[in-house]
Amino acid sequence: MSPKLINNIFFQSIFLMSLLIVVGIFIPNWLVFVITKAIAYGLVGLGIITLMRGGLVSFGQGFVFGIGGYTAGLLGTQAGLTDAILLLFISFIFTGFVGLIIAPLLARYRDIFFAMLSLAFSMVLYGILIKIDAIGGSDGFVLPESTYFGIKPSPEYADYMLYVVSIIMTGIVSIIIKYYYDSTPGLIALAVRENELRVEYLGSSAFNVAVLNFTIAAGLGGMGGALNGIALGHIDPEFTYWTTSGEFVFISILAGYLSVPAVFLAALLLELVRSFSGRYFPDTWQLILGVFLILSIIFIPSGIGSFFKKFFDKFKNK
Amino acid sequence: MIDELLTIFLDGAIYASWLFIVALGLTFVFGVLKILNIAHGGIYALGAYSTATLVPIFYSLGVPEQFVILTMLISALAVAIVITPIMERGILRRFYGQDEVLIVLVTYAIYLVLEDVQKLIWGMNSLYVSEPRELLGALEFGSLYYVGYDLALIGLAIFCGLFLWLVLNKTKSGKIVLAVIHNPEISGCMGVNINKVYLAAFFVGAFLAALAGSFTAPLISVQVGISVAVVIESFAVVIIGGLGSIPGAVIGALIIGMARAACVHKLPEAEIFIMYLCMAGMLIFRPKGLFQGTQARKI
Repeated sequence: MSPKLINNIFFQSIFLMSLLIVVGIFIPNWLVFVITKAIAYGLVGLGIITLMRGGLVSFGQGFVFGIGGYTAGLLGTQAGLTDAILLLFISFIFTGFVGLIIAPLLARYRDIFFAMLSLAFSMVLYGILIKIDAIGGSDGFVLPESTYFGIKPSPEYADYMLYVVSIIMTGIVSIIIKYYYDSTPGLIALAVRENELRVEYLGSSAFNVAVLNFTIAAGLGGMGGALNGIALGHIDPEFTYWTTSGEFVFISILAGYLSVPAVFLAALLLELVRSFSGRYFPDTWQLILGVFLILSIIFIPSGIGSFFKKFFDKFKNK
Repeated sequence: MIDELLTIFLDGAIYASWLFIVALGLTFVFGVLKILNIAHGGIYALGAYSTATLVPIFYSLGVPEQFVILTMLISALAVAIVITPIMERGILRRFYGQDEVLIVLVTYAIYLVLEDVQKLIWGMNSLYVSEPRELLGALEFGSLYYVGYDLALIGLAIFCGLFLWLVLNKTKSGKIVLAVIHNPEISGCMGVNINKVYLAAFFVGAFLAALAGSFTAPLISVQVGISVAVVIESFAVVIIGGLGSIPGAVIGALIIGMARAACVHKLPEAEIFIMYLCMAGMLIFRPKGLFQGTQARKI
């Protein structure tokens, strides 16, 4: 294979997507479910990475995760819209729009203040959601079974169907995001990360970069939330709680901001650690998760994405 | 009407003083170490659990009742002594100078570990230690009755805040800490052992968290999950007051305490929500909090 082909994003993505779709036929149903959940979490992580490229970390992505989930859920129960693809798409657009509205508020802040204000937003939403009894209060509500192009798959294929849809949609989104990263505004974000003031002196707006990145992150988070809601078949205010947001930050730190696929791998790792320790050590899964988290920050400080980057850079140099 | 206002005021003050003790440790640790410690809530819970364990043992010894306060202090001290070397020396030290948000994530990991440590040591059952609460009897305000112990919490909070403020501003070691807060590198050059200051500051923070936990234990049922809410509530306080500021923590705790007490009596639906609203509102209008100075931008 020529190095050029290996470095082609389309080739990489289509190869990876078809591989996952084929593998999905053979792996047990619980693993299909775990991967679907990992994709949902990975989408939110991808949003945080988009922010991280501009030097910001949001500790409140539960906010957009919850909005996306509730959008999909309410459209399903109230409007009778059950098409998974449409739900994911609408959640993406709608949450991105919400993100665009609050982004100018957030984009003025940096570092810990950005993290805290985003956290405050998610907790305000949490406080509201647990009090609205019409949508289940703190118990949440059950989503109707999803359909695909008007067809409702039989129960044994429902998980696989959602898995395929989520892989294809995420693949497309990832390609677009990758193109965005390599575009002018995407690269300015990296410069902002290095030195914001110099970027401003050179005539670009760090504020606009932050707004754009937050909007994208919101859209991705909303899509992740919708996918997670559809996969679980249930949604509750826990989606917006700060502990959920903490997991997203963990995924993005574990992945690092250097690679798009790394974030899904990191999300899968988290889901696997969680489901295995949940199954075998039900009382201590948080402990295992915490230790795993600390160790991975100590030993892979720049994230697993740095390995990916090294691997592909090898082909580039030839 | 007067009664209601008085109730709101006293409830708010009691709640605020509890909140202040937790937030004081959090804000002090942030001021010195630049660490926003999510695990602070975990230490708080450990303090509550250790009191719930030690106080029944104390009662079985048959020592005069008044010394139970001492037992609660000791249990808080024990938690701080155990947890400080493990957390500060063992884990957090590796991350000094790194991105603040990364360190927040590390403390989140420690928080997760502490959650399960509580379950492993004390199990899933609720513990009750209401005896110390009866120690100080009840006080009467017009037609209202308040438990003396609850009101004593206000005194404890004032004492803690004043004591820390005096030590920081009026003693030599306090001045050294202030120098380290201002500029760790230069103070290091001047011969200050920064690692020691960090260790001591973290110890004080952990002790305050455990202290709040151990003095709250008689008021609540000590059970799994008591730390989750504390984290965000104390965050809200320090965000409102300004990270690293003691007067800020006073004002923050009072705002949240009063707002919450007013909500409980007037608008119970908004009880949890009001706190987050205060935090978000403050961040939008004064993101660095009430008491934070301006910082120069570095080129």
